[in-house]
Amino acid sequence: MSLEQFIDSLIQHSPALIVAIPLIGAFLTPLIGKINDKVRNGFVIFIVLFTSFIVFLLANDIYSDWGKIHTYVFGGTTALTEGGFAIRILFEVDGMNIFMAIIASILAIAGVIYSWAFMKENTGLDKYYTLLLLMIAGMFGMILTGDMFNFFVFLEITSIASCALIAFWTNKGKSVDAGFKYIVISAIGALFVLFAVAILYGQYNALNMAVLASKIQFSFLDKIALVLLITGLAMKAGIVPMHMWLPDAYGRAPASVTLILIGATQASLYAALRMMFTVYGGKLTTTMNQIAGVNIDLNLLLGIIIVGLALLTIFIGVLMALKENDFKRMIAYAAVAEIGYMILAIGAALTTVFSDTGAATGYMSLKGGIFHILNDALDVGLLFLVAGAIYYATKETSLNRLGGLARNMKYTTIFFLIGLLAVAGMPPMNGFASKLIIYESTYQVNPILAIIAILASILLLAVFVKVFHSAFLGPKLPKYDKVKEVPKSMLLAMGIIACIIIFIGLFPDLVVNNIVEPAVNALTNHSSYITTVTGGI
Amino acid sequence: MIEIQDFLRTLGTNSGYWNPLVWGVIIAIALLIVYIIRGRGKREYKKDSEQTKVFLSGNPELEKEAMHVKASNIYWGFMESFKWLYKGLDKMHTGNVSDYILWYVIIIGIFFIILGVI
Repeated sequence: MSLEQFIDSLIQHSPALIVAIPLIGAFLTPLIGKINDKVRNGFVIFIVLFTSFIVFLLANDIYSDWGKIHTYVFGGTTALTEGGFAIRILFEVDGMNIFMAIIASILAIAGVIYSWAFMKENTGLDKYYTLLLLMIAGMFGMILTGDMFNFFVFLEITSIASCALIAFWTNKGKSVDAGFKYIVISAIGALFVLFAVAILYGQYNALNMAVLASKIQFSFLDKIALVLLITGLAMKAGIVPMHMWLPDAYGRAPASVTLILIGATQASLYAALRMMFTVYGGKLTTTMNQIAGVNIDLNLLLGIIIVGLALLTIFIGVLMALKENDFKRMIAYAAVAEIGYMILAIGAALTTVFSDTGAATGYMSLKGGIFHILNDALDVGLLFLVAGAIYYATKETSLNRLGGLARNMKYTTIFFLIGLLAVAGMPPMNGFASKLIIYESTYQVNPILAIIAILASILLLAVFVKVFHSAFLGPKLPKYDKVKEVPKSMLLAMGIIACIIIFIGLFPDLVVNNIVEPAVNALTNHSSYITTVTGGI
Repeated sequence: MIEIQDFLRTLGTNSGYWNPLVWGVIIAIALLIVYIIRGRGKREYKKDSEQTKVFLSGNPELEKEAMHVKASNIYWGFMESFKWLYKGLDKMHTGNVSDYILWYVIIIGIFFIILGVI
């Protein structure tokens, strides 16, 4: 077999390999760990790098052909069996899936590299890395699957692994408490998702997303399923007022876990988008009601609810962050506000993208929202890594007890500044580029939305100015005299993310045109998804 | 293969555009102007002299810890003004997982009503 054939074969089987490699790696980790810690660490990073290599290989294949959808059917070549039954599990990768997979890959690589030094002093690291790889496998599964029940299974795998990792520091009561809250929330969210899947299966005899999308009638039961799917996934995505688990989980988990947890949270957001735009995509323009002679379509109704939730999410997130004095919980609340920006753009897009006059605005808004998913993962992720570095160096997370650290931790301070500017949407960072698109497109939908979004962004800057002043500026405190810069592997992980942030900030057009646009196209091109995946039934 | 002009293209937003490279050049020019203006200032500053000591209206310098403004003191005025709002927000964030679920149930209810299920 030549190299070219090998690569082709790798691409062909890549959707399955992207999930299978970390899954197998997870179960091999405890065995490899018996040799020694260095070999285990090397093995884990090899698994993550190899998986990411396949993700990028697949991405290259997807992006080489506009609108391409890569379908991988388990146990067959077509989605349907003889007789037309849609019972085969399949993975499908389009512009949106691969966009999310790229984000997950970056977070996984940085998370594992950061863990080397950050978790070094802990015991039970074989279990830690096993769970980390399980979480990564689950996350990729959620992103790549085209099957509803399969999605539920990966949602559960991710939730269980995440819960164990949040509560990994079992000697700390608050970590265990956060883990417990997370599993309760996740189990209930997943239960309602399963209930929705059962409703859809009961009606249409299918679990395949594309088949469901082609058959869905938007009956009374379909409405119930839609509500259960959206709310269950919205809770997992941390949308206000269902966000309260998020500061607990993000704040108490080890920083390396929090970084990957951001990917898992965004995978839930992605799933909500997939349900709305793909599974229910054909029915979005269904007229729901007529008020004073004006037709209210489903997309408009959903859009208005989502915009309302987005404004709540932004405001409550940013106000709680302003009040918080715990470093990690503060970033977690800022992360909640950032999720608000994404769903604000998505909600605004839903209200306009299907209309004749506002389609361009809606498309641009969706572009801003999707672009912000990538930027949020990187910006908030970097800030969490910095918070972890501060904890590693000082064993302190309370901002009231920190101060003057810029004198001892120069590189960490620079990384924090990059994260601060990016998350607050300051030019020329990546956060500015996506927020600019969101501001301008939402302004065209309703100027009030853009004004609120800009105001909240200013407050977000105030939040991180507070952190910068209390943790990094001020006189050198005697108790932190001996504090040193964190180990190189932690700096490397922060450096990787910081470099990507700067690159995207300097060349946003490159990213938007090559990665974001195919994702938006995949979401809005509902009929092409159905015909490509199912072969046109 | 990515062409050089792709790197230099600006990000369109339907109603405007954004080019970080142009922004960078403008900032560099602004910094240069600031540097030139600064260079025209007085040159009386002496290192390691009385000029560099902390001056607190003639009061003695406090301990390092006491000199640092704590996080909870920053934006104190803002917090005081919006006490009424934060009271409500604190009530909402109980830390009790049963309340988390209650909010979820409320949202499901709202969705059911709006989408006409109930």
